[in-house]
Amino acid sequence: MALFGSLSEKLSHVFSKLTKRGVLTELEIKNAMREIRIALLEADVNFLVVKDLVSKISEKCSGERVLKSLTPGQQVIKIVNEELTALMGSTNSKLTIASKPPTIILMCGLQGAGKTTMCGKLAKMLKKQGKKPLLVACDIYRPAAINQLKVVGKSVDVEVYDEGTNKPEKTAQNALKYAEKKGYDVVIIDTAGRLHINEELMNELKNIKKVVNPTEILLTVDSMTGQDAVTVAETFNNDLDITGVILTKLDGDTRGGAALSIKAVTGKPIKFCGVGEKMDDIEPFYPDRMASRILDMGDVLTLIEKAQANVSEEEAKKLEKKLRENSFTFEDYLQQFDQMKKMGNIADILNMIPGASKFKFNANMIDEKQIARNKAIIQSMTPYERRNPDVIKGSQKKRIAAGSGTSIQEVNALLKQFYQSKELMKQMANGKGRFRMPF
Amino acid sequence: MGFFSKLFAGLKKTKESIANKINSIFVGELDDEFFEELEYVLISSDIGADATEEIIEEVKKLSKKQKVKTADDFKALLRSVMVQILNDANNDEISFPALITFVGVNGVGKTTAIGKIAHKFKNEHKNVLMVAGDTFRAAASDQLTEWAKRSGVRIVKYSEGADPAAVVFDGISSAQAKHDDVVLVDTAGRLQNKSNLMEELKKIDRIINQKWEGNHKNYLVIDATTGQNALSQVETFNEFVGIDGIVLTKLDGTAKGGIVFAIAKQFGIPVKYVGVGEGIDDLLEFNAEEFVNGII
Repeated sequence: MALFGSLSEKLSHVFSKLTKRGVLTELEIKNAMREIRIALLEADVNFLVVKDLVSKISEKCSGERVLKSLTPGQQVIKIVNEELTALMGSTNSKLTIASKPPTIILMCGLQGAGKTTMCGKLAKMLKKQGKKPLLVACDIYRPAAINQLKVVGKSVDVEVYDEGTNKPEKTAQNALKYAEKKGYDVVIIDTAGRLHINEELMNELKNIKKVVNPTEILLTVDSMTGQDAVTVAETFNNDLDITGVILTKLDGDTRGGAALSIKAVTGKPIKFCGVGEKMDDIEPFYPDRMASRILDMGDVLTLIEKAQANVSEEEAKKLEKKLRENSFTFEDYLQQFDQMKKMGNIADILNMIPGASKFKFNANMIDEKQIARNKAIIQSMTPYERRNPDVIKGSQKKRIAAGSGTSIQEVNALLKQFYQSKELMKQMANGKGRFRMPF
Repeated sequence: MGFFSKLFAGLKKTKESIANKINSIFVGELDDEFFEELEYVLISSDIGADATEEIIEEVKKLSKKQKVKTADDFKALLRSVMVQILNDANNDEISFPALITFVGVNGVGKTTAIGKIAHKFKNEHKNVLMVAGDTFRAAASDQLTEWAKRSGVRIVKYSEGADPAAVVFDGISSAQAKHDDVVLVDTAGRLQNKSNLMEELKKIDRIINQKWEGNHKNYLVIDATTGQNALSQVETFNEFVGIDGIVLTKLDGTAKGGIVFAIAKQFGIPVKYVGVGEGIDDLLEFNAEEFVNGII
């Protein structure tokens, strides 16, 4: 979050005087632990989980490894990162598929966590994997909830079974029979959002569980949840013995400390993440990446992976050189638009860059339609102008706007954005270690 | 039912309410351990590390000055400091005719809040119009229509995928023609870091400012279970459209919504309403004293 500097920066400040003396004092460790504690709390990791973590980290940091290290700040970060990753489980878990179909997935969670949308995403993902899923509407309380699932089902071309406002356990039971008759091999049951302290509704879930005997019981949790995530997850787990967790709305700018708290109190794996409003926006959960995110270190791994898949090494080297020399021009910019498009949603990519949360991105940088207009603007510049944007003055702007079918304001906005990106790139290129461009 | 009794009904359901926690810690002396536990109670309510530290420092300072010795006096002092923070926010009243736009991230309960607020105004004998500006989420306007039926108010809606700005434009025309007192505008949930969606909201806001001549407020709906990200929500929504008040929803669970202290401190934005259930009457006007009582 922009309000708080990233942990890495604060830690480097704590350890800044260290190079002169080469010894980590008790006071420095104490100060570092204070920063770590605040960072974790600001990321919404539960208070008690933080307390436990910090004492573990403190113990490890007092060891020789850090004392002899040349960059203690980074060493400490590494230890914190390792502890967090270990706590979240070391690999991502897959969906369990029943040996004898159908596989039954029961979705549960608080109101507004994103269950219905996630049902659609799971159905689409499973369909892509060659399964034949059926969606079952068991939210009989929220107005138009069944309708919402129907619209979602239609958009992913998956049948939705519903019995109106019939009892959810009855509907679920009949849906199973229907699935068997029609040869569906996965049944995804959407349920009403409910408070974990609402006994009546928690009993309803228990009853559904009893009659359908689910393969997976997935608790859907909003990644923006604060300290209360622990209470919610604990109650759902105690009542239903959930098999896993799905984190939603991770495409926001939340640090997502709730993930850590939930894992710590339930011990259940986080299986998937929702990362957007489109039905394809579902990803497996990677504990190491989540750890970096909680510490605001950026999701460098994902970014590297995406970049590697889409940018040739030669192109990347050329770009890196330009970034370092700060000789980035509109021609490169144009090329970047195309590459980024190949890599996916630009906003997602920007969010993966370490420390990127500090920079205010121009809205135009993330709007894909605007990018098409920006491309037109650049293409209306002469090659000389593209290489030397400083020469673009009033009359040139007029010509470019007319040529691209845009307005002078838009040309101005793009120029401004270009200089901002250049400044951002310069800062990243000059940065030490974690600011290095990953491609 | 009053604010506190509703809130307390929710609290009672929790096995270990915050109120009990604080009572048990107030028995001891005002030593380091005491303040550490106090910190725990406040941070557990999502007040945040920074705001918690500031609150505790201030109460410490005051308690020295006023020579507070007993746990009860300390508790009273802490409460008054916390109430002060919430009451210091700029709270200007609504005048009629009024148009309120409800904005926020996905799943916070905007549509439900509008349903309940419409009912409240209707009970005050106001003519209310709902505008279904969420044309994005599947079946969102169906959901709002159901609420319009429940409270017996008019609704203006388009089909899914329509331009929300156009719906709002028509909604205002309709309200002007019928001389409605209150116009409640629903908007699609959007994460604050999606700039294109935020620009869309800005466009809606601009159209309202051009066309609507009465009082215009933007209320940000925040889920009480939200953690520190709520600050980022307030910052960005406020930057794009200007936020006049907060509607804090889902306060009937175990979450305390303590983030509103940081919101009041940093942005001076007041809480207007709290949602305490799914029923049409489960909406209360915000009261700082009772809210603080619910936390400690």
